[in-house]
Amino acid sequence: MSIFAKFQKLSESCQMLEEKQSDFFKIVMEETLSATEAIINGRPMLLAGTNNYLGLTFNEECIQASCQAIEKEGTGTTGSRMANGTLAGHVSLEQELSDFFGKEKTILFSTGYVANLSILSTLAGTSDVILLDADCHASIYDGCRLGGAEVIRFRHNDCADLEKRLKRLEKRNTNVLIVVEGIYSMMGDRAPLSKIASLKNKYGAYLIVDEAHSLGVLGKNGRGLAEEVNVEDSVDFIVGTFSKSLGAIGGFCTSNHPELELLRYSSRPYVFTASSAPSAIASTRTALQIMRTKHELRKQLWENANALYQRLKDLGYTIGPEPSPIIAIHFSDVDKAFLVWNGLLERSIYVNMVLPPATPGGGALLRCSMSAAHSREQVERIGDAFASLKSSQS
Amino acid sequence: MPTKEEVVQQILEILEPMIEKGGSPAPSGSDLINDFGLESLQVMGMIETLEDNFDISIPINILPGISTVADLAVEIQKLTGDE
Repeated sequence: MSIFAKFQKLSESCQMLEEKQSDFFKIVMEETLSATEAIINGRPMLLAGTNNYLGLTFNEECIQASCQAIEKEGTGTTGSRMANGTLAGHVSLEQELSDFFGKEKTILFSTGYVANLSILSTLAGTSDVILLDADCHASIYDGCRLGGAEVIRFRHNDCADLEKRLKRLEKRNTNVLIVVEGIYSMMGDRAPLSKIASLKNKYGAYLIVDEAHSLGVLGKNGRGLAEEVNVEDSVDFIVGTFSKSLGAIGGFCTSNHPELELLRYSSRPYVFTASSAPSAIASTRTALQIMRTKHELRKQLWENANALYQRLKDLGYTIGPEPSPIIAIHFSDVDKAFLVWNGLLERSIYVNMVLPPATPGGGALLRCSMSAAHSREQVERIGDAFASLKSSQS
Repeated sequence: MPTKEEVVQQILEILEPMIEKGGSPAPSGSDLINDFGLESLQVMGMIETLEDNFDISIPINILPGISTVADLAVEIQKLTGDE
């Protein structure tokens, strides 16, 4: 039997999709014109399916900082943070993130995925238990899988279910690590973090919040959901990424536990990966400063998000439970989702198509994500396109 | 603590509405994925129902080692003894 035999079913699904929906495999940004526009398959496209929440990927100051870093420090570090891969910029960014979050320690990682892989696989050991929200991101699941802890899911955003599981663990003398996200990447809904933080305190557990999609989006200063609901002191570890609001690539974990530093020596995904390129570090540092000072970006993002959310709701689409920069439209019938997705492409609008098993609850999602860089006219165009396609849905 | 037969019976009752039409009656040695055609979401739904019914938490680490109804019943029995 071939080593590839296990992929037979996947191969058949891909082939069927290729025959029915060939465009799905052909989304290549041939030219990126701005934070909200690109040329896809020779056609100009309005981008409504990125994670570019603050629209900083084309910010002039970020680009300048990146270019200068390349000229001064080269294109890559060629080594791990534990060897030759720690440059002054890495240390400065760690300090700046600690300062931003008001935490003692911060560690950078090469991507947000590696941040979760690293923290979850190392922090929780074989005698510990991880309690994670069922809708957590794949990087959280993969981090759990890589480590040796017992892993238990609780129903998505269901505090009663979480408490039931905490109670069951009470009689075992074990560390419990609760893992949730600020904003969930598929439906755009938030964790009920106030309640989760009080449960964490009540049962003496630890709490990790992945603010990947909420950094720069929630909180008076953009620190995420923990800031928004005023529970930052109850959160033991905040994980985040530079590849969304900060417009680059990389990840981090910040904490008031000084022992976080020990993970530098014990976490294999941290030790055995080359560190972030100087260009990414430089643009991230600049983007962080912009995010800290230009609060109008967050305001603009929410104006755009609220406008599209309301428009899609009024049109009768089945959308996520609350306004968010991630606006997901659910289709129980995958073919109908493709009909709308293709219709949007014909109208020069790109959104993400999410297929099972990545969709919570099955079916397909058309996942829109809004940016502060979208103009009012662009938001209207996206809404108009959905309006004209409404007849092909339901 | 429930007997293995009682656990198997409960699993089969939960599975019944999930099994594809035309599926054969379910012996406890049936493979959850290959014989019943369960999708991963259905498996997780079934796990949640079993957790409620037996008042246990089933660690997801043990799932890769479970293929049949009987395998699952053995693990649930262990967990009900632990709780």
